[in-house]
Amino acid sequence: MSMAAITAAQAGRQRRVLPGFGLTMGLTLTYVGIIVLLPVIALVLKGAEIGPVRFWAIVTAPRTLAALQLTITAAALAAAFNAAYGLLMAWVLVRYRFPGRRLLDAMMDIPFALPTAVAGLSLTALFSENGWYGQFLAPAGFPVVYTIWGVAIAMSFTSIPFVVRTVQPILEDMDRSQEEAARTLGATPLQIFVRVIFPAILPSFLVGTTIAFARSLGEFGAVIFIAGNLPMKTEIASLLAVIRLEEYDYNGAAAIALTLVAIAMVLLVLSNWLQSRLTRRRVPA
Amino acid sequence: MTPVTPPAALAPRQDRKAQWLLIGLAVALTLFIVVVPLLYILWRALSEGLAVFAQNILAPDTLHAIWLTSAVAIVTLPVNLCVGIAAAWLIARFTFPGRKALLTIIELPFSISPIIAGVCYLLLYGRQGLLGPALAAADIKILFALPGIVLVTLFVTGPFVAREVLPLMQAQGSEQEQAALTLGASGWQIFRRVTLPNIRWALLYGAVLATARAVGEFGAVSVVSGAIRGQTMTLPLQIELLFNDLNVVGAFAAASTLTLIALVVLVLKTLIEARTR
Repeated sequence: MSMAAITAAQAGRQRRVLPGFGLTMGLTLTYVGIIVLLPVIALVLKGAEIGPVRFWAIVTAPRTLAALQLTITAAALAAAFNAAYGLLMAWVLVRYRFPGRRLLDAMMDIPFALPTAVAGLSLTALFSENGWYGQFLAPAGFPVVYTIWGVAIAMSFTSIPFVVRTVQPILEDMDRSQEEAARTLGATPLQIFVRVIFPAILPSFLVGTTIAFARSLGEFGAVIFIAGNLPMKTEIASLLAVIRLEEYDYNGAAAIALTLVAIAMVLLVLSNWLQSRLTRRRVPA
Repeated sequence: MTPVTPPAALAPRQDRKAQWLLIGLAVALTLFIVVVPLLYILWRALSEGLAVFAQNILAPDTLHAIWLTSAVAIVTLPVNLCVGIAAAWLIARFTFPGRKALLTIIELPFSISPIIAGVCYLLLYGRQGLLGPALAAADIKILFALPGIVLVTLFVTGPFVAREVLPLMQAQGSEQEQAALTLGASGWQIFRRVTLPNIRWALLYGAVLATARAVGEFGAVSVVSGAIRGQTMTLPLQIELLFNDLNVVGAFAAASTLTLIALVVLVLKTLIEARTR
């Protein structure tokens, strides 16, 4: 309490001491107002104008529901894959030393660095029926392109770094004395992982997976190449919002967009809550 | 007295086996889902020879897309730098009511998917939008033209610089700046001589990330660009257009330029991280 009070008092004094308050405040508010707030307000106003009854009718229309269901299912599949893959990568990169480890670490940033449209193009060509991967998958009864699996694969690719990069630093900073204690007491490596290591990285693991899920829900560029975008089948919700705009159905577009924003906000709050709750429980007061 | 066995000696052969199995699995998965898709782009772009590649890159529409994308990146970078530094300075050096709320709003674009950002911009500037009729009356064209593309790109890339610079400014504190002030330095001198040298690597890092994103943004730009051939097609949009036109080699040629930019970004990122550690 006293620390916070001191910091606040110091900062309060700084307002008078350091220059630039007016200039930076003016610049930031102008920018935030024009670039961020005005467009978001336009969306909220449009949503309010629709009214709850029509809003509900738009969101529960069969085509919208199908799009939402596809988007959420595929994003859940992508998040599940990234939870497993991300945990494996974080573990291997932190705990093992082998030639090429740093290169493998750098590879984890490729999905963020590569534009999503480029990733979508490449994945579509690889997984199409005569592509490098698709030629083996399609005859095996596992078509990817133009199916929900394609959507999930595109979403997986673009959200790869989230779980790795949230779990990695926690694993690096972990105190290993508990692990060593468990080992000397005769615990097997698997027992040590499940009972000692996993509980410690659980908060960051859940947060990373939630962010990966949220990002997958909003993914567009990579998905539309591989999905085929068939209404009722492989049409994602954000694409449906754009289609409504192109039909000048601004109400439809706004209702779908607001639904997606609402889901994203719920996930954001959930991830913050998870983080604070699980961290608090781990650290004894 | 029994000697205490060090933990390392307890790791049996089984552990080593499990270790190499996990490493092998990690490398194989990464090869299949990350490395091959990346290299495949370059391979496909060059698969029909350099001459065809050059012909595809030099096609008038693709050249125009490269020009437009460069223009967007060049216009957005200085705005992002100025606003990013201003916002970081404001949040790190002063307390005022609503400070936390302002930070949340600055970072808001990271939690709104780009395609929704595009929809917001259309609802604001579109024909039936909030400001649409007034702008049409004044004959100001924002949507389906360069201004709209620049504005929506600013929305998507806005938080990058502030997010890199702010934690550094907060960690460094303001003692040096206050010392400079008591020695009689002006605000501008403090910024140039004290603040800027301290934050330069974070600033560069934020600028690299923001520019990479500006060059590669697809969803937000696709909504506001109007997709007018040879006019409002940025490079990522041009890739989709070529792909839909079934000109797959052309699409991969255009994509290869963005892939090279992504690789440069990765190298810069690694260099900057090595520098700051």
